[in-house]
Order: sequence, then structure tokens, then C-alpha cells
Amino acid sequence: MDLIARAFAAQPPALLWGLGGVLGVLTLAVAITAVLPRLNPGKDYTNLSQRITSWWVMIALLAGALLLGWVAVLVLFVVISFIGLREFLSLAHIRPEDRLIVLLAYVCIPISYAFIAIDRYGMYLVFIPVYVFMFLPFAMTWIGQTRAFLATAATFHWGLVTCVYNLGFAAFLMRAPLTDHLPAGPAGLVFFLLVATEANDVMQYVWGKLLGRHKIIPKVSPNKTWEGFIGGWATTAALIWFLGPVFTPLSGLGLAVTAIFLPVAGFAGDVTMSAIKRDIGVKDSSALIPGHGGLLDRADSLIFTAPLYFHILIFFCLRDF
Amino acid sequence: MRWLRRAVIVAIARPIARVFTGADIVGREKLPLKGPAILVANHASHVDTVLLLTIYPSKALDRVRPAAAADYFLKGRLMSWFSRNILAIVPVARDRAGSGEDVLAPAREALAAGDIVLIFPEGTRGDGEEMSKLKSGVARLAAAFPEAPVTPIWLQGAGRVLPKGAHVPVPLNCTVLVGEAIRWGGDRAAFMEEMRVALEALKALAPPQRWA
Repeated sequence: MDLIARAFAAQPPALLWGLGGVLGVLTLAVAITAVLPRLNPGKDYTNLSQRITSWWVMIALLAGALLLGWVAVLVLFVVISFIGLREFLSLAHIRPEDRLIVLLAYVCIPISYAFIAIDRYGMYLVFIPVYVFMFLPFAMTWIGQTRAFLATAATFHWGLVTCVYNLGFAAFLMRAPLTDHLPAGPAGLVFFLLVATEANDVMQYVWGKLLGRHKIIPKVSPNKTWEGFIGGWATTAALIWFLGPVFTPLSGLGLAVTAIFLPVAGFAGDVTMSAIKRDIGVKDSSALIPGHGGLLDRADSLIFTAPLYFHILIFFCLRDF
Repeated sequence: MRWLRRAVIVAIARPIARVFTGADIVGREKLPLKGPAILVANHASHVDTVLLLTIYPSKALDRVRPAAAADYFLKGRLMSWFSRNILAIVPVARDRAGSGEDVLAPAREALAAGDIVLIFPEGTRGDGEEMSKLKSGVARLAAAFPEAPVTPIWLQGAGRVLPKGAHVPVPLNCTVLVGEAIRWGGDRAAFMEEMRVALEALKALAPPQRWA
């Protein structure tokens, strides 16, 4: 007990308050799902309660990793990238000859994350976008099947950049140098990225349900509306503006840029991944997370917000990176 | 040996199967938990058998026994030990079919003992795309045990994780789709057709986890 107490005492107070706040919101959501069936006896709320149960599991995993430190976060994101890439490659158009290339694509995951482990930002930046980009298509030439060669090479690259490179930025934030003033430590940076991204998802959904009238992008996501997008944007921007300084070193212009662009990036990630799913002909990327669908259904917005947030932080605050 | 089988399947095979296949399952509540019962599934890979054993509810696991070719699975001492004790196969001497010997006798005994017997009615592993012609042995078993439900199961994607002839498994998502059980109605041709239609219907619901 003493050990646990000391481990908690070593954490930045803002991070603990933040995690406590998330637990509070989740408990409130549980209370609402308990009351809703009484107010509306005819409706089925199974999906909603499944969703919230899954949130408990996801938040427990992420919070546990954030409290344990950068190694735990790195390991968790290696697993997330693997599951995401497996979902992507399972549904994408891959030829039967490409089994070996699928295996090589998985091998890129530990290598990419190894650059985070040894804290070599420059190598991380170029490994997948430059070197894997050249190497995987070259490996495809060994197999010799030229039918749909370009489309397949592009598919592998898309999967690796989204599921491994972009998501990896979230884990890389844990290596933020402490010489920069971080009000809630490196874990606070990751915590705030996750909270802002997921809050944006949830608020766009809630505003859309409450006021949604005018479809924003009907051919890709028929349930998305202008009202949901703008409502979610405004709510998330306000959240970032008021809570950002508690968890991040952002202020002034940097904070304003984050508040304006992070919700847009979340929306962009969501609908871009939706377009891919629609192309393939599925609604969910798998059935991994009860009530949510697959991992990519949950992480689609994070795929776009993680790199943006990372680079805004570097540009405005983390000069030593 | 029962504890060893449970330990191997739950503690070793289950996590490995999750890593390599994702092990998504649709209609898990339709799996029979009591024997005698027959499970019929399409067959594209050795992954099929392992996947089905690992997704099965633990409380019924002791009862689940895959029917498997004796000429392959009882070859060599190690393989034979593993097949009998861990997979708990019901051996089918497919090479002796038509010789007058009752090759389904072990399956009948298992059903009579209240086991859940998994049968791949294609008789062998296919290419994972189209189902080959279904063999009617399963109809003879259903006729002998008309009270046993016959539950159709479609296994999507396992043929990509480890196709016939491949030695290295590659992680790719698979989906197990369980349908409503069908029953023996008295006519062999009608039963076989009903089973084929049920499997094709599940296949149509499966996510496109297949090669381009």
C-alpha cells in the first residue's frame, strides 16, 4: 500500500486530477445509462452500455500506462499499432502473393518504435516515410507479381503511415525533454491529446444527435452533420483553451492554433478512415471493442490529431526536441 | 489429461490465436454447450481447428472434439499423442472409406457419449475461397443422432493466416460466424442442401477478409 501511495505521490498533481476527472465523467455516464431506460422504456440501450463498459477498459489501460511511464506507453502503442495494422491489412486489397510482405510490414512496427526508445527523433521521422516507402515495394519485386503492383505498394504504405507512424507520435510525446517546462510531465501531454481527441469524437456525436439536420459529407458518412461538426468543434476548442495550460506548456498563439485545428484534424481522420471502410465495404474494422467496433474505428481521429498536436508542441514550445 | 488439454488451449493456444487471428466471433451464444451435438464448418487451414477450440466457451471445452483424418493426425508418436490428448480428435480413417469398414464408428461413439463433434464436411482443406462439395458422412451421423443439433459455422480468413502448404503463419484477422442449428429431417439430400445453404448464408455475412 505504501508503495502505491508513493508511486502516486511522485506523479504530477495535474495528471492525477485529470485522470480523476475522466473517472468522474465516466461514472456520470454510467449513472445516465442506468436512468435512461427508465425514462424511455421502449428503447434499447445495450449498445450504449457496451460502449461505456469498453471505455472503462480502454481508459484503465491508457491511464495505467501513463502512470507507469514511457516504457509502458511505448509497449501499449506497439500493441495498438499491431492490432490496427492487422485490421487494416486484413481488409485492404492485398494479393495472395503478398503474405511475406505482410510479415515484413509487421516487422517495421518494432523498428519504428525502437527509434522512440533510443530517442532519435530524426530517424523516426524518416524511417517509415522514406526508407520503408522504398524498401517494401522493392521487396515486392522479389515476389515478381506485377498485377496491381502500384496499388498494393500504396496500400502497404497507407497502412504503415496511419497505424504505425502517425499513432507513434502519441508515444513519442512521452520522451519530451524535461528541460522544457511541462506542467503535468510528459504523461500530461499524452493525456491531454487523448482527452481532446476523444472528447471531440464524443461531442460531435452528441451535438449531431441533439441538433443534427444538415448533412456535411453524405456520400462518406451519412450520419455526420454540420451541426455535430460545429458543435463538437466549439466545445472541444473551449476545452482545449481552458484546460490546455493545465496539462501542456501551450499558451497564447500556440494554444489558439491547437484549439482551432485539433478538432478539425479529428473530424478529418474520422471521415477519411470512413471513406476507406466504405471503399472496402465494411462498417466496422473488426469486432475487437464491444459497442465501438474495431481498434481503427476508435483510433481513426487520433491517427490525424497525434502528429498535428506533436508538431504544434514542437513548433511553439518543445524547442529541445 | 483433461487439465493438460484445458491448460494448453486456454493458457497457450488462446493468446496465440488472438495474436494471429484477432478471433472475432459473431453469434457465440449459438454454440451448443451440451452434447450430443454436431458442428459443421468450412475448412481452409489447420488454423480452423485451433481457432474453434480457442473461441469455445471454457465450460463446454472438454466436450468439443474435432473429427480429423487418422492418416495425417495419427502419424508419428508425437503427432499422435498431441492429436489424441490435446486436440482430442475423433479419428476418421478416410483412406478406408468404401472398404466396408465403418469409418464413422469413433464419431458415433463420441456422440453417444455426449460429446460435441466438429466436422469439416468438405473432407479436406480447400483454398479458402469457394467451398468444395460436401461429403455426406455428416448426414449419416445426424440420422443416427436425430436429437443432436447441427450448428453451421463459417470460418473467414483462416486460409490466409496459414494456407495449405505454408509453414509460416502470418497474422491477419479472422471471423467466426455461428448460425442457427439445423436438425435431421429424414431426407439425406434435403439435409445436405440445407446445410450447404446455411454455410453459404454465413459466408455472405462475413467481412471481406480475403485476398484481392
